[in-house]
Amino acid sequence: MSDPIPYARPAPGTQPPLDSPAYRSTQGRAPLLAPIRAPHTLTETSSPRLSPLHYPAQADMSVHNGKAAMGERIIVAGRVLDEAGRPVANSMVEVWQANSAGRYHHVRDDHDAPLDPNFEGHARIFTDAEGRYRFTTIRPGAYPWRNHHNAWRPVHIHFALFGQGYAQRMITQMYFPGDPLLALDPIFNTTADEAARQRLIASFDLGVTEPEWALGYRFDITLRGPAATPFEEGDHP
Amino acid sequence: MATAHQTAGPYWHMIDFPAWADLLRADGPNAGAEGERIVIEGTITDGDGALVTDAMVEIWHADPAGRYDAAFQGFGRCATNAEGRFRFVTLKPGPVPGRGNTLQAPHVQIAIFARGLLSHLTTRLYFAGEPLNETDPLLGLVPAERRATLMAEPVSPGTWQLDIRLRGGAETVFLDI
Ligand SMILES: [Fe+2]
Repeated sequence: MSDPIPYARPAPGTQPPLDSPAYRSTQGRAPLLAPIRAPHTLTETSSPRLSPLHYPAQADMSVHNGKAAMGERIIVAGRVLDEAGRPVANSMVEVWQANSAGRYHHVRDDHDAPLDPNFEGHARIFTDAEGRYRFTTIRPGAYPWRNHHNAWRPVHIHFALFGQGYAQRMITQMYFPGDPLLALDPIFNTTADEAARQRLIASFDLGVTEPEWALGYRFDITLRGPAATPFEEGDHP
Repeated sequence: MATAHQTAGPYWHMIDFPAWADLLRADGPNAGAEGERIVIEGTITDGDGALVTDAMVEIWHADPAGRYDAAFQGFGRCATNAEGRFRFVTLKPGPVPGRGNTLQAPHVQIAIFARGLLSHLTTRLYFAGEPLNETDPLLGLVPAERRATLMAEPVSPGTWQLDIRLRGGAETVFLDI
């Protein structure tokens, strides 16, 4: 049988290095040894086919048990494509976030900000045939963390994506335009490439905005695409 | 350019669904699937040898015939508990074709997401004593003295244990995939 097409490796600086001292938690957890470069086999180029039948979609975080959550309702929409511009279709996307006061509905979040009984803060959606996704939520709040003195995370929503090969699996964070905390955030700033960082920031989009209902933000996500040449991968003939 | 990874952080449990650790669950996609039932478990420790109690562990593996394109979905997710442990119930995968007409030994891809990991770590679990381990193309790329970090050992019938050390000590071999 023919070998699967490998995925492209990231260009230098476009992904955050595991060992990033400014983000303190990396110092106990990032491996010290270099990883072994693994050829891409069916294990890396296949992905779970997660169907809404067993993983039901839930695309509205702004209402819980029929009651509206506190905060500014927003719509987030975008497309998931690979680097070759091909839609990542029918793929599960998971998102989670803090409430409008900057507190997670999570037992270990002890930030002294109110919980909202009408907000849990997680959703599951599926891309359509064109790779499009869309969900409704509440604009999350910034929250403090203990990385350094007076450290605050910029407003963000966590995204988990699968793609069509497990080598495309990724978790990222979507940030909001104009957030003054971005310049101060060690997690955001670990990625050296300026353009790569900017792509983590959603854009306000009047086309996604719904009149008299909710502001809209657009966040497009690019998963790894096929390697430029099949020989780049270091094949073992 | 692909979108940059960012850490899953300490609050990823918002997407923890403990049932997913049992790939054979009655209401799941693999209900009724046939094969050798196995348990995969282990403990994750950090650079100080301390337990990692907030990690998200995912597995991805082939079906008992070594296929990814059949009905079985070898995907599971498990949070490490207060003892740093994860535990999955699944079916033992079969050998999977490798590149260039090679054959890979049965293996389970493991992804670890956590606070302090800006992108997830990838490793593999192999089954100790499997004859195909001797000729597995990936194991062949791993220095012999480090291969044990990928080798699950049977601790009781059907239960395989693989402990994972993120940093330092007998550091687990991680893969750049
Ligand atoms: Fe967060």
